[in-house]
Amino acid sequence: MEVPILKQGTYLIASIQSALTDADLSQLREALVARVGKFRARGVIVDVTALDVMDSFAVRTLRDITHMARLRGAETVIVGIQPEVAFAMVQLGLTLKGVSTALDLEEGLAFLDAKGRERGDRA
Amino acid sequence: MPDAVICPIQADVDVVQTRQQGRGIAAEAGFSAGDQTVIAAAISEIARNILMYAKRGEIELRSVRFPDRAGIVVIARDNGPGIKDVQRAMQDGYSTSGGLGLGLPGAKRLMDEFDVVSNGSGTTVTMKKWREVRS
Repeated sequence: MEVPILKQGTYLIASIQSALTDADLSQLREALVARVGKFRARGVIVDVTALDVMDSFAVRTLRDITHMARLRGAETVIVGIQPEVAFAMVQLGLTLKGVSTALDLEEGLAFLDAKGRERGDRA
Repeated sequence: MPDAVICPIQADVDVVQTRQQGRGIAAEAGFSAGDQTVIAAAISEIARNILMYAKRGEIELRSVRFPDRAGIVVIARDNGPGIKDVQRAMQDGYSTSGGLGLGLPGAKRLMDEFDVVSNGSGTTVTMKKWREVRS
């Protein structure tokens, strides 16, 4: 299932709607990295609220997205990790080192706005 | 033993389907939402291991019930090349696939019981999670 990617101002918002296969996750990575260039995006939000499980492949893909987008000039923030998903991730030993996270979409947008101001982006 | 389901694992879609089946069985067995996620995550890692190392295999899911406890049993079987050094594969950070090396030790931390039998003709991973039943 393809993840819809919305453009809002200079941000891209990918909102995951259901459990994703590895192929879906890889497709999301390619689409986001391409669209950062196409839309000259400065920020990316990946909303994982609906993700049932965050396993090693999902974590690796989110990390790849963050690093690739950063290389293309956009900051990424992951939002919506559910409490039980966070618990399972910690038990599994999965970390999102170098990846920004925020509680929800609202916090994610605020985070990107703050990052933009830091960088001197025009609103 | 009732309620056993066998899920074939041969594509990445099967990983998602099997962990969702497992979540359903865990819910029926009375596990909390948190435990259901933990069980689904463990199944996901084990299913991924089958795909990565053996290409194909199957996962059996069953719920078990005793007077004092209920649980879920997950048995992953494949006829792949087997794990040369099981003890080493159970160590954190060890991986031969260039992955994150979390597969087996990660799944073990999520479950209450964990057992690996492997030889040249395949691997069987049996893992269980329990919850107390108050009568």
